[in-house]
Amino acid sequence: MSSLSRPEHIAPPEIFYNDIEASKYTDNSRITAIQYEMTQRALELMCLPDEPQLLLDIGCGSGLSGECLDEAGHHWVGLDISPSMLAVANDREVEGDLFLQDIGQGMGYRPGSFDGAMSISVIQWLCNADKSSHVPKKRLLRFFGTLYNALARGSRAVFQFYPEGPEQVEMIMGAAMRSGFTGGLVVDYPNSTKAKKYFLCLFAGYAGDQKNSPQVPKGLDSEGEPAKVDYAARR
Amino acid sequence: MLMCHVKGCATDNFPLRIEDAELEQVEVEFNEDFMRRMINKIEWGAFVQTAFALGVDQLPATVPENIDTEFLQRIHRVAMETKLKEGKMICNGCKHVYPVTDGIPNMLLQETEV
Repeated sequence: MSSLSRPEHIAPPEIFYNDIEASKYTDNSRITAIQYEMTQRALELMCLPDEPQLLLDIGCGSGLSGECLDEAGHHWVGLDISPSMLAVANDREVEGDLFLQDIGQGMGYRPGSFDGAMSISVIQWLCNADKSSHVPKKRLLRFFGTLYNALARGSRAVFQFYPEGPEQVEMIMGAAMRSGFTGGLVVDYPNSTKAKKYFLCLFAGYAGDQKNSPQVPKGLDSEGEPAKVDYAARR
Repeated sequence: MLMCHVKGCATDNFPLRIEDAELEQVEVEFNEDFMRRMINKIEWGAFVQTAFALGVDQLPATVPENIDTEFLQRIHRVAMETKLKEGKMICNGCKHVYPVTDGIPNMLLQETEV
C-alpha cells in the first residue's frame, strides 16, 4: 500500500477532512456502502441487548455510522475533530448529539454514561504526531483511560481500523490494556487482501463472575470456518 | 453528563454552567424503558439545577419514589428533546469556556491544558 493512499499520511484529520473532502466522503456511494457494512458488523460485535442503548460514536464524521445506530433504534453521541464533517452531519440532520473533540485529549463524560462505544476507521489517526506536542502513546492512554471511565461496566467498545503493521496494533492494544480494558483483535476474512477487516473488540469490565468473562468473537471467513483470530497466537 | 476534562481540573468541574443559552426543542421518540434506565445514570441534583437555570422545567429536588410514565415523559422532554443550540458551557473549577455553535459544543483544549 503506497503511503499516499492513507489519508493519515497526508494531513491531520481536522485539515484533511475539510469542506470539500467532507462532502466528497459523504456522497461517495462506495465509501457509504463500506461504512454501512462495517458499522453493522461493529454493532454485531458489540452484542447489545435488544432495547435502545446510549452509545458513543468515536470519530462520527458526517454521521454515516450514526445512521445505522438510528436504524437499530439506539441513541448516540458523536465525537469528531473535523468541523467540516460535523457541519455535513448537521446538514443531514442526524439524530445524535455532536461534539467537536480531539479524542487524544480525552473526554469528560460522567463514569458509566454509555452502554457501548464504536469507532469506524479512526484510531489509526491517533498513532500520528501532528503537532510537536503530540506524543502518540500518551494520547492513546489518555483516550482509552477516559473512554474506560465513560463506559458502563460490562459494555463493549468496538473499533474498526486499518493498522499499518504489527507494531501499531501492539501500541494500540497495549494502551487499551493498560487502561483496564480486556479483549482482543478480530480479523474478518484474513485470507483476502480486499475484504480483510480489523476490529479491536474491547470489554470494559464485565457484569457477573470471572468464570463468565466474555470471549473475543471469531472473525468471519468466506469458507464458513471461523478464522483463527487470536492476535497473540499469530505472533 | 459532561464534565470538564482539562487535565488536573478535578474539583467543581461538574456540572458545566451554561450561559447565553439559545435552546431548541426537537422531537425524539419516547421509550419508557430507556428513560427508566437513563434516570439512574443522571446526576439528579445537577440535572435539576441545569434545567432550572435554563428555565426549562422546575423538577423536584429528589427523584420521586414511584416513577410513572408521565414523569418519565417530563424527563424525556428535558433530557432528550431540549437541545442547546448556541451558548457557552463554563467549568466552575478552572473557568474554561466551551463554546457551543450550531448545536455543536467545541471541546478542544489548548495544548497547555492537556
